[in-house]
Amino acid sequence: MNIRLAALYLRLLLLNEMQYRANFLLRIVTSVLSLGTAVITLALVFRQVQRLDGWDLDQLVVLAGVYTTLSGFTQMLVMPNALALLTDIQEGTLDAVLLKPAGALLAVSVRSSKVWQGLDVAIGLATTATGAVLSGGVGLSAVPVFAVTLLCGAALIYSFLMSIAISAFWFVKLDNVAELFSGLFQAARWPVGLYPGWMRIGLTVVIPIGLAVTLPAEVLTSRATGAGPAALAAFAAAGLAFTRFLWRRGLRRYSGASA
Amino acid sequence: MTAGGAAGRVRALGAFYAAAGRQSMTQQLTYRASSLLLMVGMLTEPVIYLVVWSAIARSQGGSVDGYTPGTLAAYYITWTLVRNMNVGYAPAGFEHRITTGRMSGRMLLPIHPIHYDLAGFGGAKIVWIAQWLPVAAVLVLLFHPTAHPTPAGVLVFLVSIWAAFVIRSLFLWLIGLVTFWTTRASALFELYLLFELLLSGRLVPLTLLPQWMRSAAGWFPFEWTFSFPINALIAPGPAPRLLAGLGVQALWIGVGALLVAVVWRRAVRRFTGVGA
Repeated sequence: MNIRLAALYLRLLLLNEMQYRANFLLRIVTSVLSLGTAVITLALVFRQVQRLDGWDLDQLVVLAGVYTTLSGFTQMLVMPNALALLTDIQEGTLDAVLLKPAGALLAVSVRSSKVWQGLDVAIGLATTATGAVLSGGVGLSAVPVFAVTLLCGAALIYSFLMSIAISAFWFVKLDNVAELFSGLFQAARWPVGLYPGWMRIGLTVVIPIGLAVTLPAEVLTSRATGAGPAALAAFAAAGLAFTRFLWRRGLRRYSGASA
Repeated sequence: MTAGGAAGRVRALGAFYAAAGRQSMTQQLTYRASSLLLMVGMLTEPVIYLVVWSAIARSQGGSVDGYTPGTLAAYYITWTLVRNMNVGYAPAGFEHRITTGRMSGRMLLPIHPIHYDLAGFGGAKIVWIAQWLPVAAVLVLLFHPTAHPTPAGVLVFLVSIWAAFVIRSLFLWLIGLVTFWTTRASALFELYLLFELLLSGRLVPLTLLPQWMRSAAGWFPFEWTFSFPINALIAPGPAPRLLAGLGVQALWIGVGALLVAVVWRRAVRRFTGVGA
């Protein structure tokens, strides 16, 4: 039932967006440009070396694909909804969502999505597939594990950003967090193992974007050990549970604009 | 126009810059935390480049085309100040000014509206430079840069970062003016950013590019807003070359100013304002 409701939300947003055709065309141009930048950067790096921290070119194409997919997912579903929630908590306008009969956490997680960013998700998945085919040696058996880790990575990013937005129930002012996160997210373009120790730990545990992007790519390029995917799944489940817990506690604190 | 009149106008413009710059500086001082957070957010980009190219240098026995992790660190730490100096009024701002009709008010100003943007950002930059110093100190402790600056190089660096700001501001303005015809300029700006990323020394030092890209870079103003100021500080050549570089920067300021002047005049004729 809830899933159908979320799908309906997204369908409405998509129909609304399709009114602006010229803008949609520009979005395609922008997405292609950003993919082009990633490809040229890789070409410059691989003019100098055959392997970077053990990754060859095809494997880094897989990573670039996973990065684009998860970045598209974040820009489509997570970031705009987190920002809308932040604004509503600050201004006390969250009441309108809470009064609706459906689950409020689901509603605040989909209502402000930017559906056209789904384009980046599609481009990312296509890039991932291209890289996987080029690098060969990917057994079909890796694909379901990859799909699960990709979903876990997405869930982890969702929990992280949503928890920060929800914490606005306690700390009202969090304006620059979005820009800070967008900057940090760039770090996931490269394998997390490339970074010096303190950054690697930061990108795995503190702000787990490195983990969320690198691990699915590792699965698809058969360099992940069994422990990695299991840890990511556990981390993602814990993140989702924590988000739900924080949301309930936060709602109890929230008194609304009119109260 | 008499010579006395021209001198008077220059003096008045100077007084305007001093006053508007000071005002913007004071404003910026009241939002210290916010601008510091922004600066820290902007650090990720150069740190990523530094990590990647240092890894490449190490995997090739310590250096890539002459760059060691130490000189790369010096390059990208200087990059952070140059990048901050490069921030100017973005084309997205023009979309906002056009669609909200605010451009109308700006066109009634007694001097060319670009002066307001230049003075505003210029004043803020004095605060940013002060904030950059402790950030740079932390980066130095983390990444151990090696550089051999010369007095002449430092002097040229201090002038060239301001010239870089003016060059980039002029070209951003030029892209922004396109909104007078199209109402939107963000896709064009993305294209500009892609070219800048590759041909300015923003992504990698220019010597690490293939030869054909390096020669292509010579046709654009980009390298004079990143590569030239950075190298003036960390790898200054002989003094005459440095001075020649300042000359080229002056030339690009001239080209940019001329283009802005010409396009602005046509844009004003074209302007009707949304809602007018």
